[in-house]
Amino acid sequence: MLTSKIFVKKTKRGGVMKVVREHYLRDDITCGSKLCCICEHTTSKQPLEESPFSRSSLCPRAHYLLPDTNVVLHQIDVIEDPVVTNVIILQTVLDEVRHRSIPAYKRLKDMLANPDKHFYTFCNEFNKNTYIEREPGESVNNRNDRAIRQAANWYSQHIKSVNIVLITDDNENRSKATKMGLEAYTVHEYIKSLKDAGSLLDRLANPLSRITIQGGKVLFPEHLPLSEIQRGIRSGKYLQGTFFASRENYLEANISVENRDSMVFIQGMINLNRSVDGDIVAIEMLPEEKWSCPSSLVLVDREEQQTEEDDIDDSEREVKNLVPKELRQPTGRVIGIIKRNWRQYCGVLQPSLLKESTRHLFVPAEKKIAKIRIETRQAEGLSNKRIIVAIDSWPRTSRYPLGHFVRELGMDLQKRIDLRHLDICSVDPPGCTDIDDALHCRRLENGNFEVGVHIADVSHFIRPNTALDKEAASRGTTVYLCDQRIDMVPELLSSNLCSLRSNVERFAFSVIWEMSENAKILNTKYMKSIIFSRASLTYAEAQMMIDDTSRQDTVTVSLRHLNRLAKILKKQRIQNGALCLASTEVRFYVDSETHDPIDVQVKELRETNSMVEEFMLLANISVAEKIKSEFPNSSCLRRHPAPPPSNFEPLIKAAASKNLKLDASSGKALSDSLDKAIFPENPFFNTMLRIMTTRCMMQAVYFCSGMLPEEEYQHYGLATPIYTHFTSPIRRYSDIIVHRLLAVCIGADASYPELLDKHRTQVLCNNLNYRHKMAQYAGRASVNLHTQLFFKTRVQDENGYVLFVKKNALQVLIPKYGLEGTLFLNTPDKGVGSIFKYNEEENTQSAGEVVFRVFDPLTVQLSIDRSNVQHLKLSVRLVHPYIPGFSVPPAREGQTTEGTEPPSKKKKV
Amino acid sequence: MAGLELLSDQGFRIDGRRPHELRKIECRLGVFRQADGSAYIEQGNTKVLAAVYGPHEVRGRRGKALHDKVVINCQYSMATFSTGERKRRPRGDRKSQEMTMHLQQTFNAAILTTLYPRSQIDIFVEDLFETTSIVDFNHFEESFGGAEVIVATLPRSDQIIFLEMNGRLHEDHLTAVMDRAIAGCKDVYHIVDRVVREHVSERSAAIGSEINNG
Repeated sequence: MLTSKIFVKKTKRGGVMKVVREHYLRDDITCGSKLCCICEHTTSKQPLEESPFSRSSLCPRAHYLLPDTNVVLHQIDVIEDPVVTNVIILQTVLDEVRHRSIPAYKRLKDMLANPDKHFYTFCNEFNKNTYIEREPGESVNNRNDRAIRQAANWYSQHIKSVNIVLITDDNENRSKATKMGLEAYTVHEYIKSLKDAGSLLDRLANPLSRITIQGGKVLFPEHLPLSEIQRGIRSGKYLQGTFFASRENYLEANISVENRDSMVFIQGMINLNRSVDGDIVAIEMLPEEKWSCPSSLVLVDREEQQTEEDDIDDSEREVKNLVPKELRQPTGRVIGIIKRNWRQYCGVLQPSLLKESTRHLFVPAEKKIAKIRIETRQAEGLSNKRIIVAIDSWPRTSRYPLGHFVRELGMDLQKRIDLRHLDICSVDPPGCTDIDDALHCRRLENGNFEVGVHIADVSHFIRPNTALDKEAASRGTTVYLCDQRIDMVPELLSSNLCSLRSNVERFAFSVIWEMSENAKILNTKYMKSIIFSRASLTYAEAQMMIDDTSRQDTVTVSLRHLNRLAKILKKQRIQNGALCLASTEVRFYVDSETHDPIDVQVKELRETNSMVEEFMLLANISVAEKIKSEFPNSSCLRRHPAPPPSNFEPLIKAAASKNLKLDASSGKALSDSLDKAIFPENPFFNTMLRIMTTRCMMQAVYFCSGMLPEEEYQHYGLATPIYTHFTSPIRRYSDIIVHRLLAVCIGADASYPELLDKHRTQVLCNNLNYRHKMAQYAGRASVNLHTQLFFKTRVQDENGYVLFVKKNALQVLIPKYGLEGTLFLNTPDKGVGSIFKYNEEENTQSAGEVVFRVFDPLTVQLSIDRSNVQHLKLSVRLVHPYIPGFSVPPAREGQTTEGTEPPSKKKKV
Repeated sequence: MAGLELLSDQGFRIDGRRPHELRKIECRLGVFRQADGSAYIEQGNTKVLAAVYGPHEVRGRRGKALHDKVVINCQYSMATFSTGERKRRPRGDRKSQEMTMHLQQTFNAAILTTLYPRSQIDIFVEDLFETTSIVDFNHFEESFGGAEVIVATLPRSDQIIFLEMNGRLHEDHLTAVMDRAIAGCKDVYHIVDRVVREHVSERSAAIGSEINNG
C-alpha cells in the first residue's frame, strides 16, 4: 500500500543550508466522493455527495467546487454560507491558508468538520498521481497553482459523472486551466450565477479590489513597493512604525517608531495615505519647516452619502496654517505599508439618502478606524443593526477603504436553554440592585419538585484576561459600607446587564434539581440559560406573600414550596452537625440629605432569609462537587478548618460559670449542646453563646483544590466535606472563576491555560482571601463610624449583657444596636486603685456586693467620649446596678451631649 | 497552532506517512572487507554504517579486561558532511557521547557477554546522513509535542533492553506509547531479519559453490 519516494527540497535561510525532507507518495489516498468506485474507501470518509444539487446557471450539471488559496482566503465569508457545499479543499490550499492567516484557517477547519457542508480535504501532496515537483525557475506560487490544476485534472478524469469546477480569480491560472480542458470560473462569475444569491453577493469581497475603476480620479500617492521600502529603511531614509490613528481628529495620527522616544506626527488625508489604525507603515520625515502639531480641533468625518464623488477637499489635502516653531512636532508622511493589520470591525451603516443605492458607508464603532465603503442590497434591513465588516482593499482612487459585509450581530442564544416560561423570582434585602440569584420551584407531573437556582451569568460578560477581568480579579469583592457600595464590576454590569431584575430577559447560569417531596435530590442539571424574572422581592415582601393565604398566584405557590423544602433542608443540615452561629448585623437609616444616621436597627431575620440561604448553600455544594470531579487539581473551593480545641476554652469556661457543659469535641456535639443551652429567664443567653462561639472559629478561606489533600477540603461551619462559592458572581470574583470552571465542565465555554494552572489559581485565591478580609474590616469600620455619628448628639441608656469579663473592663453587648462596647472598670482619674476586684478563677469582677459575671444583664449609658478630638470613641458607662462612686445617673429623655459638655470643651470640638 | 502539526486532520504526518508507518528501510550486510562483520542500514534519510571487530584480545590497557565477560567497546561518530552545516568534530560532542552510551547499554544487554571472558568486541557506528525528520526511533508521536521515547527490544523474548524518554508524557499514555514502540521494533526486526537470512543464504550458496568448484 505504500510507494515511497525520497526527494530533496532545498531552502535557503540566511546562509546556505540544505534541508532534506523525506516525502512519501502514496497510492491509498481516496477522492472522498460517494460516487467513486475506484478508490478503496475502507476507513476514509466520503463527505462529497453522490448527486450534488446545482444552483448555478453557469454550470447546471452536478459539480464539485475546487477553490484556490486566494479564493479561500478572501472569500471565506461566502464559502461559509450554507449554500456553498460539496467543496474539495486541496492540501496545498489548506497549507497555504494556514501559513497566511490563522483565523481563516480555523474557520476553514470548522467547515471541514461540519458534515452538512460536505467539504473534503484531498491530500494531493501525498498522492502519487497529483504530486508535482517544482521546476527550476518556477516560483512557489506558480508551482502551487500548477499543483491545483493537476489535482483538478486528476479529479475530472477520476470522476466522470460530476464536473469539477475550479474557482480562481487568477486570470493566468484560469486560462491555463481552460486550456487543459478544465472548467474554471472566477468567484464573482460563479456566485452571480447562483439562484437566489442576493445576500451572498454582498458578502463577496469587494470586486473593486480586483477591478480598478476606469477613469477614477487618483486621490492618493502610490505606496512604494516593499523592496524599495526595505532599502530605504536600511539607509535611514524611511522609518518603520506602528500607525495609531487619533481618536479626536480623523485627519491626524501618530506613528510609534522603534527606538525612538517620541511619536512621529502625521497630518492630512494625503500624508496618512490610506493607513488604518494598527498597520505597520513606512514613513518619511518631512522637512522641518513643514512640521506641524495636533490641531486642537475635534474633527469627525461627516461626509454625506450623496457626495458620491470620492473626493478630498482642500482642507484635507493640505495643512495650510503655519505652526509656530516652538509647537512643532516631528512630522512625517506615510509612503508605504509594510503590513496591514486589518481585522473585522463592528459598527453601523451610515443612514443613506438614496434607499435603493447599493453602495453604503459603514461607520465603525471605533473612532480610530476610517469609514468603510461596502456594497449591500439589504441596507434597509441592516439600518438599525450592529454589523461586522471586513476591509478588502484601499485603492488609490477611493477615499474610503473598500470592504464587505460579514454578518450581523445579535444575542447569542444558541447554546442557552430557554427558561423564560418559568415563574422565576428573586428575593433580596431592600434596596438591592445587584441581584445575583433568582429561584423557582414547580411541581412535576410525577409528583416531584423541580427547583431551580438561577445565578447571574457574569462570566458571559467578563471574558478572561480582558481589562475588566483583571481589574475584577484584583478587587476580588464588592465592598459594602453602610451607605454605599464599592463595586467589583462596573455599575452597568452589576446593576443592570448582569443583575437578574424583574420583567427583563437576562442570561443566567442555572442549577436545576429534581427533588422528592422530602427534599431528597434525585438529579442535578447545570445549564446556561435565559430567564425572565417575574418579580424582584424583598425578604419582607416574600414573607408576606407566603403568609397571605388568600394569594394563590404561581410565584407565591412557588415560594411556598421553596420555603417548605428549605425547612427540610435546614433540618437535615443541622442534623449533620452544621452550626447555627449568630452575629448581629445592624442597618442604619440615613438622612437622605445630611447623611446622618437617623435610626439604627438590628437586621431582622425572617424565614425567607433562611429559605434563600438554604438553596444557595445547596447550589454551592452541588457545584463544588461537580467542578472538583472534573478538575481535581485546579478547582477554586472554600474551606473552613476545624478550630483547635484550645480556641473553645473561653467559651466552655463561660458556659461553666452558668453550670452548663458545652461539648466542643465535634461540630455536631457543639451544635447539639448549643441547642440545649437555654435559660428561660434570659432569652438572650443562647444568642450570646452563639456569638461567643463565632469568635472561636477559624477564618474560612478560598483555596485551589490541587494544593491540599482532600481531607482538608471540609467546611466545618456548614458540616460539608466540600464547598465553594457560586451564587454571587456579581460581587465576588471567586464565583466568576467557579462559573468558568463549571461552564467548561458542561461544555458551554472554552477553558484557558490560567484557569487550569493550580499555582495561578492559588495565587488568585490568596488575593481573594486578603481582599475579603479587608472588605470585612472596611465594613466594620463603616459601621463604627456610623455608630459614632449616631451617638454624636445623643446620650442614651440601654440594656446590655456582659459578654466577656476582662481584667480591667467588661465587654458589654447592647442587643438593640447589635453593638459591643467596653466598660472600663478602673477609670484612671478615680484615684490609684480600682474599686473592682478581679477573680481570675471564677472570671468575675466584684465591687462590694455587686458581682459581674458573664451573661449578666446591666444598664449602661452610651455617649461619645470627646476627650481626644482626634480619636472619638463610644463611651459606655454603668447605670445599673448602682455602684457608688462609679455609676452615673440615668440619662434624661431627649438629653443631648450639648448639655453635659462644659462649654470650654465644646468650643474645641 | 501556527507551529508544527505532528498529525494532520487527515491522519498524515508531515512527510506523508500514517502514524504507525516506519520510514523506508534498506539494509545491506558485509560492506567492509577487513571487519569481522559489517552492515549498512538506511531508514529514510538516516544512513548508518556499522562495523564489528572481535571478539579478540583486549587491546590497549590490559587492566580493562574483565575476567568473566567480554568488554564491549562502542563508538558512534557522525560524518562531517552528515548534517546541514558541516561538522567540525565527528565524535566526542555531547550527542555522540550520548549515542555511544546508548549503544553500549543496548549491546551489553543484547550480547551474551559471558561467552567470551577476557576479550573485547568493538562496534563502530558511523552516521552518514543525519535527517531532520521529526521522529527517528519512535513511530507514534501522536499529538505529543516534545515527548520522545527510545526503545530497544529483544524481538524473540520481547524483553526491553533499552528505554529512554525525553520530555514529559502523561502516565496514562505511557502504556499505549510503549506498545506502539515495541510494535515498531518488531517491524524493524522483521525487515532486518529477512535481509540477514537472505544474506546468509547467499553467502552459504557462494561458499558452497566455491567448495564445489575447489
